[in-house]
Amino acid sequence: MSDRLLVATRKGLFIARPEGGDWRLGRPAFLGEPVSAVLHDPRDGALYAALRLGHFGTKLHRSDDGGASWNEVGVPALPAEGENPKALDMIWTLAAGGAEEPGVLWAGTLPAALFRSADRGESWQLVRGLWDVPERARWMGGGYDDPGLHSVLVDPRDARRLTVAISTGGVWRSADGGETWRLAGQGLRNEYMPPGQEFDRVVQDVHLLSCCAAAPDAVWAQHHNGIFRSTDGGESFEEVTAAAPSRFGFAVAAHPTEPGTAWFAPAVKDECRIPVEGRMVVTRTRDGGRSLEALSEGLPQADCYDLVYRHALVVDGTGTRLAMGSTTGNLWVSGDRGESWRRLAGHLPPIAALAFAAG
Amino acid sequence: MPRIAFTPNLRRHLACPPGEVGGATLRAALDEVFAANPRLRGYLLDEHGRLRKHVAVFVNGEPVGDRAALSDSLAPGDEVFVFQALSGG
Repeated sequence: MSDRLLVATRKGLFIARPEGGDWRLGRPAFLGEPVSAVLHDPRDGALYAALRLGHFGTKLHRSDDGGASWNEVGVPALPAEGENPKALDMIWTLAAGGAEEPGVLWAGTLPAALFRSADRGESWQLVRGLWDVPERARWMGGGYDDPGLHSVLVDPRDARRLTVAISTGGVWRSADGGETWRLAGQGLRNEYMPPGQEFDRVVQDVHLLSCCAAAPDAVWAQHHNGIFRSTDGGESFEEVTAAAPSRFGFAVAAHPTEPGTAWFAPAVKDECRIPVEGRMVVTRTRDGGRSLEALSEGLPQADCYDLVYRHALVVDGTGTRLAMGSTTGNLWVSGDRGESWRRLAGHLPPIAALAFAAG
Repeated sequence: MPRIAFTPNLRRHLACPPGEVGGATLRAALDEVFAANPRLRGYLLDEHGRLRKHVAVFVNGEPVGDRAALSDSLAPGDEVFVFQALSGG
């Protein structure tokens, strides 16, 4: 049972709690500060919030009391290499390590790098094996000037098996806890590349990876160019061609136990990025991508300009409840697998990320 | 000794009272402040020791020239003010 919904916005972190069969949104923490990533660690119940302060840099805070109080912990540092080394811009994603490695966290950053903490975020170490891959020289900025690492999948069967994705830099896998990395993602197709380079695995602009927790080889990719599905943990992908009303989008949420089920938030490509014809829908496949249905009940069906960022469509551990947040500050929840939606809030700051927290 | 003061906006995040500092350069003066207040370093400087893009330091009303090495010299009686350039949205 998920009993909290964390809402990371441009102006603070909101926590919604169930109340009388509904959700009640609390007062924000970090009011006025951009929150770029949020994590609930199911191993110890800790909450993490990454801030991207406009003046004073990236900060990470941890709460050990369900969000009542927060303590600042450490942040990753990019290596001092070259004449004008890059500085950390933001923590884009946070992931908990395996069940057998308490305290281990992963952070994906902008500029693109992967960091590991072994002490609940107090200190961070660069994952040098990924930083040093020669292909890093060919990573490019996606929506930001620099490439960014936005997806970290930790295999629940073996926490040494990691899969990450970079926009733009493709899908990378490690089988040894991050020591060594291999470029994966065969079959991903980037339409906007020059002819002949569409399938170059280094240039793939994956917007987000999401995998089925109970069957982690089932990996879904919302890619700049469309929706792709992998049945081998991200080694190779097949394109989902049935993706009406649009194959473009940022977010994807994989069902926690049904490997053939996933949800997406489509938008008009490439730079326009609004709902197709002003109608907000969530698309869902239940047959491994052979077909997608557009779900619209409770969502605005005219004059809608909301965009859902990549970390702002989530499903809970039961696969029943979903939440979706937009850049326009709308927050919708569904209690029936996305069949119908209800607006929980309509005047929030732009929403960057959501997370369900159980327990 | 030079005097150093900080924007009230920083106080939302951590305590940083004004005070007198030693040091013949801005770098030395800030290092002295950070020795007593280690968390402040990450708010003013990036991981490479440069002033953050949206942090400004004025000495006697003039912006410092060297935002990377912080080599501007300080003299007794100088007034150092640390504040933020505009950022938001």
